[in-house]
Amino acid sequence: MSDVIRAVGLVKTYGEIHALDGLDLAVPEGTVTALLGPNGAGKTTAVRILATVLDADDGFAEVAGIDVRKDPNAVRSRIGLSGQFAAVDEYLTGYENLDMVGQLYGLRRRPSRDRARELLDTFGLADAADRPVKTYSGGMRRRLDLAGALVAHPPVLFLDEPTTGLDPRSRTDLWEVINELVKAGSTLLLTTQYLEEADRLADDIVVIDHGKAIAQGTADQLKGRVGGERVEIVVAADADLAAARTLLQELAGGEVVVDEHTRRLTAPVSGGAGVLMEALRRLDALGIAVIDIALRRPTLEDVFLTLTGHSTDEDGALPGTGARTER
Amino acid sequence: MAKTFRDGAIVAKRNLIKIKRVPELLVFTTLSPIMFILLFAYVFGSAINVPGVGYREFLIPGIFAQTVIFGATITGAGLAEDMQKGIIERFRSLPMSRSAVLVGRTGSDVLNNIIVIVVMSLTGLVVGWRIHTSVLEAVAGFLLLLLFAYAVSWIMAWVGLLVPSPEVVQQASFIVIFPLTFVANTFVPTNGFPGPLRAIANWNPVSSVTQAARDLFGNTSPLLPSPDDWSLQHPVVYTLIWIGILLAIFIPLAGRQYRRAASR
Ligand SMILES: Nc1ncnc2c1ncn2[C@@H]1O[C@H](COP(=O)(O)OP(=O)(O)OP(=O)(O)O)[C@@H](O)[C@H]1O
Ligand SMILES: [Mg+2]
Repeated sequence: MSDVIRAVGLVKTYGEIHALDGLDLAVPEGTVTALLGPNGAGKTTAVRILATVLDADDGFAEVAGIDVRKDPNAVRSRIGLSGQFAAVDEYLTGYENLDMVGQLYGLRRRPSRDRARELLDTFGLADAADRPVKTYSGGMRRRLDLAGALVAHPPVLFLDEPTTGLDPRSRTDLWEVINELVKAGSTLLLTTQYLEEADRLADDIVVIDHGKAIAQGTADQLKGRVGGERVEIVVAADADLAAARTLLQELAGGEVVVDEHTRRLTAPVSGGAGVLMEALRRLDALGIAVIDIALRRPTLEDVFLTLTGHSTDEDGALPGTGARTER
Repeated sequence: MAKTFRDGAIVAKRNLIKIKRVPELLVFTTLSPIMFILLFAYVFGSAINVPGVGYREFLIPGIFAQTVIFGATITGAGLAEDMQKGIIERFRSLPMSRSAVLVGRTGSDVLNNIIVIVVMSLTGLVVGWRIHTSVLEAVAGFLLLLLFAYAVSWIMAWVGLLVPSPEVVQQASFIVIFPLTFVANTFVPTNGFPGPLRAIANWNPVSSVTQAARDLFGNTSPLLPSPDDWSLQHPVVYTLIWIGILLAIFIPLAGRQYRRAASR
């Protein structure tokens, strides 16, 4: 399988900010790759460069075998882009928006119109099709924008945070659409803040931070990097923390982490449910009341935390990161 | 080339739909010249005497010129708004002609100007303005006005892509267009201007396009000869030269700025 999307050493700087700092990326044909990273990591910048909207300062990028810098229009006729901020015309109706995009892709009148109606149906916008977009809700605009990316059946798709702002129902609907597209052979690069989404949709996950790829692999491979299972206990009384810790340390394969504020103890273990049972028995024997006890497998959240040193929901709009606000 | 026009037409159609959806836009762009005609015709007109022609005959071509130039600000404001709202991001990702957005925008604004000229002509007829020449000459007069406005709208396209928001375009163009259209023969003959100001006014292309329109509509009189300056002795040629220069400079400049601004 050849790589349909390929980037080598992409660099983009805005004044002092290194939005991209030598990003490498490869997406094999017919697969889904998720770009995962905290706010300001450079996800949008990467997508915009690959979709020919933005010029990189340095590095090389290729989509469907075509150099994005040398022949952007050839790339454009093979891609669909749905950016982070819905790029739809407020004064046009949903239908007019899609029809315009279809015609600009070079579709003839008739096919363009039919395709517009079809997509409005797919994205649950048929009822609002002939209303100006000004009257659409945020989620409706988002869906219209996504529909815009699919107008010309492009073999390569770039979706920047496609499900942000969608309700749970629309989100699963979109996942469905994406699954079908990939089954039909499309190649997809998406960015997401939802680890569940990356887990569920992506064959491959690229974690980026400060404009560089810091890890790549399947969800399982990435989880494996963080280590095995862990036991988590929340005790009822502060006074029991020390005893619980000593007890747990005897079972743990590593350092026990204690959060005194939430009275939560976390211990990496190997041995699964057996260790959990043993822990419970010992806690019971000492008469320590437990509010919650669980065996946890590492989630992508843990991966994210371990790799980037910050959690996903950490606000990126700090001074210096300058995350862009809604236009 | 054919693709530029096809894509340009698609973009132009989209701009025109906006006029349909926000009719207030057209109402106000036509109301202000009507207001200007009435104010000047009745307020200033009562005090200004132009030898040989009634002031209103003299005035209307001047207001035509001023209005179509102001109409060009729509080009700039429209582009600035598109940049701000991000629709340009979508255009950039489509395999469309590079210049289609600008060609479409300046193109749809010609239509806008035609509508405005029709409304103004009707108002002019109501207050007593008349065309005294042949149909052919009259059509040539209107075409020259539109062509000049088209050239100016390329300046505004460049400005619109340079500034951060549509409001700035409005403000900036106000500052430039007001003196440009007042230091000219648009509202009063330049004969009485102090020396240096008169020279500037007589070589101002707004004066030549106004003079050309007056000549072509027959709103002139032997009692009011145009000044000796070459620009006003040959106003059509002089205006065409300006149109050529403006297009030659601002089409490439706006094109470059579009590529720059869109890829920020
Ligand atoms: N037009 C711009 N001008 C200046 N700085 C910019 C611009 N666009 C992006 N940046 C900066 O580049 C960095 C990367 O931004 P980018 O939008 O790619 O991040 P992201 O990973 O998409 O973040 P988010 O999750 O918030 O969407 C940020 O620090 C941002 O402030
Ligand atoms: Mg982003």
